[in-house]
Amino acid sequence: MPVFAGTELTCLRGDRLVFTGLDFRIEPGEALVLLGPNGSGKSSLLRVMAGLLKPLRGQLSWDDIAVTEDPDGHRSRIHYVGHLDAVKPVLSAVENLAFWANLGGAADPRTSARAALDRLGVPHIANVPGRYLSAGQKRRLNLARVLAAPATLWLLDEPTVALDRAAIALFEEIIAEHRAGGGMVAVSTHVDIAMPGARDLHLDDFTPIPHDADEDVDEDMEGEHAA
Amino acid sequence: MTRFLRLVGRDLRLALRQGSDASIAVMFFVLCVVLFPFGVGPEPNILARIAAGVIWVAALLASLLSLERLFQNDYEDGSLELLSLSTLPMEAVVLAKTLAHWLVTGVPLIVAAPLLAVLLNMNAEGFGILVLTLLVGTPILSLIGSIGAALTLGARRGGVLLSLLILPLYIPVLIFGAGAIDAALNGLTPRPHLLLLGGLLAGALPLAPWASAAALRQAVE
Repeated sequence: MPVFAGTELTCLRGDRLVFTGLDFRIEPGEALVLLGPNGSGKSSLLRVMAGLLKPLRGQLSWDDIAVTEDPDGHRSRIHYVGHLDAVKPVLSAVENLAFWANLGGAADPRTSARAALDRLGVPHIANVPGRYLSAGQKRRLNLARVLAAPATLWLLDEPTVALDRAAIALFEEIIAEHRAGGGMVAVSTHVDIAMPGARDLHLDDFTPIPHDADEDVDEDMEGEHAA
Repeated sequence: MTRFLRLVGRDLRLALRQGSDASIAVMFFVLCVVLFPFGVGPEPNILARIAAGVIWVAALLASLLSLERLFQNDYEDGSLELLSLSTLPMEAVVLAKTLAHWLVTGVPLIVAAPLLAVLLNMNAEGFGILVLTLLVGTPILSLIGSIGAALTLGARRGGVLLSLLILPLYIPVLIFGAGAIDAALNGLTPRPHLLLLGGLLAGALPLAPWASAAALRQAVE
């Protein structure tokens, strides 16, 4: 059984230590919920997990083998959903999705793209160009990406932003199904997403310097978005 | 390989649906060349003498114009992050995007160049070699340009910075491109110029994607 784990992770952004000495462990069927105030490093940790960001210290391992030894293998087993929706305004929803499905290794990208849009409750936007989609529809389209091509580990950064309540409920079901099939999920969120048996990780426990001013935190968040 | 072609296909589709980038480069190229007879006067001999250089300089500037957007859109909407997380190596991503960029902006220049050569009263003997040098030279422009586009990603006023970074690197391409045409028009063999141009392409093909990929990895971090 594969296990995704991180040991003694330290992350530096600019000249600020975001977190240090952080350990986590995700087993098949498990979900890890990242909690903490703005700027505590939830996004940074997910980016570290995805391999977008190199940790200053510590290592990630999959089945006790360091991820750095097999970066291609790691990329093929993850889905990362970040703050940006990666929707091209001139391509229709299904074209947008089929491209990512193809890149992710789906056998029949167009069919799986349509199926994924169905599953997220937006089959009617399939032929609508990206520029006419609402923020919520774009988000659903981005989330549909994780269904359009198979991957074991889902890394979701605030996946429920801009979603309505019905969509959140739908997405909870999708996560539950993924976990039932042995999938792993790491998710950062401010909204409650019902995930029975999920493990919580409080990032503020690993913050080296206490936050003293709110403005400071806001600036840091902007920095993360820009990155 | 199919993924590589998919990415090329997607970029071509994006460019054709947006339309503007492709047509702007070629229109700029034409206008730029057309300005010269107004500037230096309509004396046919002078125009014929400077035709090769003028067309090549205009081609450099036109290719520079659209380079800024090479990675910009993908960077801003998060696609670049996802591309870097895909199983396609970053070098292949760069090569695919550069190839699409060349097909959209470089090829129209090559098609338009002989018409402009007629306009500048270039000797008909030079037409074939003009097209040939552009065919070998414009991919080098796109490849070298991709490094600049990757390095200036996320910088304010990236376009100006890009020009300053890239234009000096274009000089060898300009020398050998225009030199080959001049040689042919003066009855000399253009072969050495063309071989050097080919050498530049052979060097840029592996090196430019490698350098751009390193810069892009920094940009998405």
